[in-house]
Amino acid sequence: MRARGVEFARVMVLLAPALVVLAGCGVNKIPTLDEQVKAAWSQVLNEYQRRADLIPNLVRVVAAYAHQEQTVLTQVTQARAKAVQLQIPADILSNPQAFHEFEQRQAALGTSLSRLLALRESYPALKSNQNFLALQSQLEGTENRIAVARRDYIIAVQNYNIELRTLPSAWTAELLYPKLKVRQTFTVSAQAEEVPAVKF
Amino acid sequence: MTSGSARPGAALAAICQTLAMVAALAALAPAARAQALSFPPLTGRVVDDAGILSPATDSELDEMLARMEHANGDQVVVVTLKSLQGHSIEDFGYQLGRFWGIGQKAKSNGVLLIVAPNERKVRIEVGYGLEGELTDAASRVIIERDIVPAFGRGDFDAGVLAGTESILKVLGGDKWVAQSAAHPRAQPGASSQNQMAWVGWVLLGGWGVFFLAIYLVATRHPPRKAYLLRRTGRRSNSSGIPGGFWVGEVGGGGFGSGVSGGGGWFSGGGGSFGGGGASGSW
Repeated sequence: MRARGVEFARVMVLLAPALVVLAGCGVNKIPTLDEQVKAAWSQVLNEYQRRADLIPNLVRVVAAYAHQEQTVLTQVTQARAKAVQLQIPADILSNPQAFHEFEQRQAALGTSLSRLLALRESYPALKSNQNFLALQSQLEGTENRIAVARRDYIIAVQNYNIELRTLPSAWTAELLYPKLKVRQTFTVSAQAEEVPAVKF
Repeated sequence: MTSGSARPGAALAAICQTLAMVAALAALAPAARAQALSFPPLTGRVVDDAGILSPATDSELDEMLARMEHANGDQVVVVTLKSLQGHSIEDFGYQLGRFWGIGQKAKSNGVLLIVAPNERKVRIEVGYGLEGELTDAASRVIIERDIVPAFGRGDFDAGVLAGTESILKVLGGDKWVAQSAAHPRAQPGASSQNQMAWVGWVLLGGWGVFFLAIYLVATRHPPRKAYLLRRTGRRSNSSGIPGGFWVGEVGGGGFGSGVSGGGGWFSGGGGSFGGGGASGSW
C-alpha cells in the first residue's frame, strides 16, 4: 500500500516537469493555430464563392444594356468558370503551386469584373438601373469582405508559421505533428492588383 | 534517482519556457505593428469624437439606440472620427468594430455608423450576424438617400438622425422608431427621466446615510458636522444621478456586459465584423 503511494509520487515527480515542458512547447498551441488557419481559409473560400455567385446576375443585367460589349461579358463569364472549376487539392495550403494557381485565377476574375463594372460609365441607363446599383453595392461589399478575410488569413498563417518555425515549438511540431507544414500566404502584389476600383 | 531526473527536467522546462516567451514576443511584434490604428474610447452609444453633433442629437440618438437594443438585442453605435489615420474607411471600420466588440459575441449583431467629416466619408459597418438583414445594397440606399444629401448641406445632425432611423427600421425596430416619432419623447422621455431622478435620489440618500454613519463613527466633533454634511451632499448629488441612470439601464436591458460595480459603462458584447456594409462620400 505504502510502496504504491511512493511509486505514484515518483511518477508524478517525473511527469510534472514533462507536462510543464510540453505546455510551454506548443503541444496545444500548434493544433489551435492550425485550426485557426483552417477557419480563416474557409472564410476566404466562402467570400470568393459569394462573389462568384453574384456574377451571373450582374452579367445578365449588364448584358441587357450593353449587349454589344460581348468581349467584356464573355471574359467575365470565362474567368468565373475558370475560378469556380478549379479543383482545389486537399493540401492547397501547403502546396505553393496550387495556392498560386488559385490566387491567379481569382485575381484574373477580379480584373475582368472591374472591367465589367467600368462599362457603367459608357451606358448611363445601366448606371441608373436599380438592379445594377444593388448588385454593384453587393459586389463592392463582397470585395471588401474578401479583403478582410484575406487579411485575417494572412495573420492566422503568420502566427501559425511562427509557431511552427521557432524553437521550442518547432521541436514539438517535428516530434508530435510531423504532418503539419508551413502554410502558404497571399502575396501583397496580387492583393493590390486584384482589388478592382469599384467606386461610385 | 528521482531528484536526479527531475532537475534536468526542470532545467529543460525553464529553457523551454524562456524560448516560448521569446517566440511569443516575436509573434507579438507583427501583431503590434498591425494594430497601428488608434481608436477613440467607447464612451457610449454615440461617440462624437469629431464633435460635429449637437447635444440634442446626441441624446436623441442615444435614446433611440438604447430602445432598439432593449427591444431585440441589436447593438448600433454612431461614431464620428477626427481622422481615418491614412486608412480607407472600410479598413478602419471593421477594425474599430472588432476593437470595440459591438454586438453580442454569439450573434455578432452590431452595426456602426461611421462618419469621417474631414475625409468626407461615411460608412455603415455591419457585423457578421446582421449581413443578411442590413445588406450591402440596403446600407448603400440608406447612405445615398438619407445621409449624403444632408451631409452635402453640411447638416450632420439631420443626416445622422435620418440614417440611424433607417438602419433601425431595417433591423425591425420600426415600431420603436415610430413610437418615438409619434410622441417626440414626451412620454417615454419624461417617464425615464422620472425613474432616473427617483433612483438618483435613493442613491443620494444612501450615500448620505453612509457618509454620515462613517462620520459619526469616526469622529465626534459636532461643530464641523454641518460643513461635512454639505460637502457629502454635493458630492453624492453629482455622482448619484449618473449612477441611477446606469442602474436603470441594466435593469431594463440586461445587456451591457461591461457594467461593473460602481460607475459602469456602455460596452460591446464581443461581436465581430467581416467587412459587410457600404460606404459613401459627399
